Amino acid sequence: MFEYDFMQNALAAAAIVAIVSGLVGYFLVLRRQTFAGHALAHVGFTGATGAVLIGVPPIWGLVMLTVTAGVGMGAIGERLAQRDVAIGIVLTLSLGLGLLFLHFFTAYATRATALLFGNVLAVDVGTIWTLLWLGVVSTGTLAVISRPLLFASLQPELAEAKGVSLRLYSVLFLGIVALAVAECVQIVGVLLVFALMVGPAAAAQRLTTGIGSGLVVSAGLALLESWTGIALAFYTDWPASFWISALSAGIYLLTTLPSVARAR
Amino acid sequence: MNAIEFRHVTLTLGGREVLAGVGLEIAKGEFVGVLGPNGAGKTTLLRAVLGLVPASRGTIRVLGQPAARGNPAIGYMAQIRSTGSDLRLRAWDFVAGVVDGHRLGLPFASKATHAEADRVLDLVGARDLAQRPLAEISGGEQQRLLLAQALIGRPQLLLLDEPLVNLDPHYQGDLVGLTKSLRDELGVTILFSAHELNPLLGALDRVLYLGRGQAALGTVADVITGPVLSRLYGAEIDVVRVKGRIFVMSGGHDVERDHHRHDNNRSHTHMRGLLGAWPSNV
Repeated sequence: MFEYDFMQNALAAAAIVAIVSGLVGYFLVLRRQTFAGHALAHVGFTGATGAVLIGVPPIWGLVMLTVTAGVGMGAIGERLAQRDVAIGIVLTLSLGLGLLFLHFFTAYATRATALLFGNVLAVDVGTIWTLLWLGVVSTGTLAVISRPLLFASLQPELAEAKGVSLRLYSVLFLGIVALAVAECVQIVGVLLVFALMVGPAAAAQRLTTGIGSGLVVSAGLALLESWTGIALAFYTDWPASFWISALSAGIYLLTTLPSVARAR
Repeated sequence: MNAIEFRHVTLTLGGREVLAGVGLEIAKGEFVGVLGPNGAGKTTLLRAVLGLVPASRGTIRVLGQPAARGNPAIGYMAQIRSTGSDLRLRAWDFVAGVVDGHRLGLPFASKATHAEADRVLDLVGARDLAQRPLAEISGGEQQRLLLAQALIGRPQLLLLDEPLVNLDPHYQGDLVGLTKSLRDELGVTILFSAHELNPLLGALDRVLYLGRGQAALGTVADVITGPVLSRLYGAEIDVVRVKGRIFVMSGGHDVERDHHRHDNNRSHTHMRGLLGAWPSNV
């Protein structure tokens, strides 16, 4: 399968996105903000379809709107951003708006499917470079702020008392999440962002007790799941996004087995 | 120089005056128990000392300086809202994350961070405990870890917000004893807020009792009296002393115990442990 250009592109794109989402996802799960990540993906759908409508590459619409929404959610404040009703309403409205934009731009139904469920086998070289730069920006920023971010996530009251601005890190982090989400959408689509952002990170947190090891396992699992998913898609002709989400769910379930067995 | 000085301090929280024109002085090295009914402002007072809640009137000085956020001379143990963390993260990482958690960079411990984390864990006797994941650590042991964190950076003042909540009497005694020995060894000033006075009786030097915007600071004999507490509660209060224990009663109810029960019903945590503890506590 490696002789085909589209497969090489798919594996390269998946590698970049998997590592970014594995690392960012680790913090997302630790901060219990996974639902916010899900909502950002839906906002991205509006951005992508809106961009198509005005003739801009969808990835830029996606990045613009997710980052704006992420920073906005962070600025509104931790408590409001975690309210599931508010997030749920924004999430639904975003999908609705995206649908409206698609309605105006009737040419491609496949485009909608690709945005919603991803189309990793259609990634071109230009997109790979875009993914790489976005990935460098988001993981680079994450690396710089990771220590205070971790402190603010694990013990907000104490961090605040030590002079750490909870809001600043909330804004920066949701901006990083927004970039990671925009990347993920290229591989697994808006609806399946959880497969790469949450599944591997949640499994890693069950398997490890250290932060460094947790980050490595999270990124490693995301890479393993996305490459295996693409390979399975190549041989079975089933969608890659299906395989990736199935592997993500399967591996997470496996990691919960020991504690289920203990509880008996 | 006093550890803490309040001059005519008014603290407002969400438009409500929590403290109104309070003045108090706490000397260095004192162990002060902070008591009072729910909503009396125990947490708000501690947060004001930390510089997180500004005084709407009056001045607050901490170790000779105006109260300001991020004061490295203060160690803080925030109230746990829910015990039973499901994190598999190693407790040691949790403690070490505080050492220079306010600085930018990657969250990997340097040699100095390592040494500081081990030092504070030794102070509370929790070095072995810290190798376990947080999810496998009991409430009493978690409080020990939080106390260790409060000691990071060798603070001169420790603010401990309700460390005894949800603990069995056995663990309560251990934690109070540990705190007192830390005060004796390190000479730090301690503000220890609690629902109940009795677990603290052997350890504290003075009591700071809050209620209805006012505060009374003094020895147990001076403050825990019918007239003083009646003023703070705004109701007729009787103080009953039985075998070295003190009960604050209003119309036949033990008001401290009632608050305690109310709080725990609301949070739905450790109900069985708490109920099981009652008979031995009465």
